Amino acid sequence: MLPLALNQVSFVVNGRTIIDRISVQITEGPRTVILGPNGAGKSVLMRLCHGLLRPTSGTILWKGGVNGRRRQAMVFQRPVMLRRSALANIVYGLKLAGISPRECWLRAEDVLEAVGLANVARRPARVLSGGEQQRLAIARAWALGPEVMFLDEPTANLDPGAMRDVERLIGQIRAGGTKIVMTTHNLGQAKRLGDEILFLSRGRLVERAAVDKFFTEPASAEADAFIRGELPWN
Amino acid sequence: MNDLGLAAHQALTLISTLDATLVGIVLLSLQVSLTAIVFSTVIGLPLGAAIAVGRFPGRQAVIVALNALMGLPPVVVGLLVYLMLSRAGPLGALGILFTPAAMIIAQTVLIVPIIAALSRQVIEDAWQEYQEQLRSLGAGPLRAAVTLIWDTRFSLVTIVLAGFGRAAAEVGAVMIVGGNIEGVTRVMTTAIALETSKGDLPLALGLGIILIALVITLNAAAYGIKEAAQRRYG
Repeated sequence: MLPLALNQVSFVVNGRTIIDRISVQITEGPRTVILGPNGAGKSVLMRLCHGLLRPTSGTILWKGGVNGRRRQAMVFQRPVMLRRSALANIVYGLKLAGISPRECWLRAEDVLEAVGLANVARRPARVLSGGEQQRLAIARAWALGPEVMFLDEPTANLDPGAMRDVERLIGQIRAGGTKIVMTTHNLGQAKRLGDEILFLSRGRLVERAAVDKFFTEPASAEADAFIRGELPWN
Repeated sequence: MNDLGLAAHQALTLISTLDATLVGIVLLSLQVSLTAIVFSTVIGLPLGAAIAVGRFPGRQAVIVALNALMGLPPVVVGLLVYLMLSRAGPLGALGILFTPAAMIIAQTVLIVPIIAALSRQVIEDAWQEYQEQLRSLGAGPLRAAVTLIWDTRFSLVTIVLAGFGRAAAEVGAVMIVGGNIEGVTRVMTTAIALETSKGDLPLALGLGIILIALVITLNAAAYGIKEAAQRRYG
C-alpha cells in the first residue's frame, strides 16, 4: 500500500493554518522520523496520514486505494487503555478488525508474549506502569499486522529504562517488515531509530534528508537552529 | 420530647418485630422503585451514551433540556402522568391509574432524565479521552458507545443508585398517580405523609428510619463500588 502520497495537503482550523501545503511521498523501507519544534504540526500531519483528520485541501493517497485504514495503525503519545485486562485490550482491537473470536485470543497471547508482557496478560491494563502501558498500546497496534505503524512521541513520558524497552520493541516491529513513521522530541532517539528525517516548521515541510546528512549538514537555517537548540521563531 | 421518644421506641419495635403493615409498605416501595429504575436504566443509559457520542443538529439544546429535566418537580410529573392515564386521557384505556404500574411509569419519567443527563456527562468525558484511540481502531459510533458504557460502568452504577435513591424518596408523583391506597399503592413516602397527618407517628417514624437507612446503604454501596473498582482497575 506504500508509497503514501501527500499532495499539497493543508489543514486549517478556525482560520489557523496548522499544516501548510505539504507534498511528500512516504515510501516503503526507511524509518521515517518527523522532527520539528512544538506546534510545528507533527502530530497533526500524522493524524492526517492515519486518517483521523481530513485535510482542508489537497489529497492523501495510499497506493492502490483511497483508504488504507485497515493496514496501518497508530500509537498515541498517551496510551488509552480500556478498563479491562491487558490481553482483552489487544483482543478488542483485533475484534474490530473483523478477526474471529478464537483467532483473536490466540493472536493476542502471541503478541503479548512477543512484547514481553505475557506475565501481566490478566492484569487490568490501567494499573500497569507507564512503560508497560505504552508497550501494550504498541502491541495492540502491532497485533493488527499493519504495513505501516505511526507512533506519536511514543516515549515522551517514559523513564530511560522504559524508553529503551520501547525503542527495542520498535526495532523488533521494524524487523518484522512494518514501516515505521514516528515523531519524537528526542534527537538522540531520532538518530537511533530514524533513517530519514522530515523536518517541519510552522506547518511546512522544510527539509527531508537522510539522518546522517540532516544532523551533520542541515540544508535549512530552521533545521540548523533546531539542532543547535535555538528557537529563531520567537 | 417524650412524644418523640415514645414514637421512636414504638417505631423500632415495629421494625424489630417485622410488623406486617410496615413490611408490606416497604416491599411495595422497593418493588415499584426497583422496577422503575430498571426501566429508567434501560432507557436512560443508551440515551445518555447516544447524546454523548452523537453529533446532530440541536444537540446542545437537547443537553440543556435534559439537564433541566433533572429538576422536574415530582408533583408535576405526577400530574402529567395522571392526565395521560386518567379515564379521559390518551392512555386511559389501559385502566392502570391508581395501580403500582402507574407509579412505576411516573417514577420512570422522573428518573430517566437524571440517568440520561448524568451518564451523558460521564460518557462524554470518557469519549474525549478515548475518541482518537477508538476511531483509530476502527470503532463506529455504536461500538464506541457500547465500549464507553462498559468502560465507565463503575461511575454509571453510582448514577443508577442515585436515581434509585431519588425514586424511593419521592412522594409527589406516586401520591397523585397511585392514590396512596392501603395495601395496593401505599409506599413508604406516601405512608409517612399520611400517618404523620393522622398522628400515627410510630409508623411514620419507623418508615422514615428505614428510608434513611436505605438511602445511606445505597450511597455507601455506590461509594464502595467506585473505590474498589478504582483500586482494582485503575
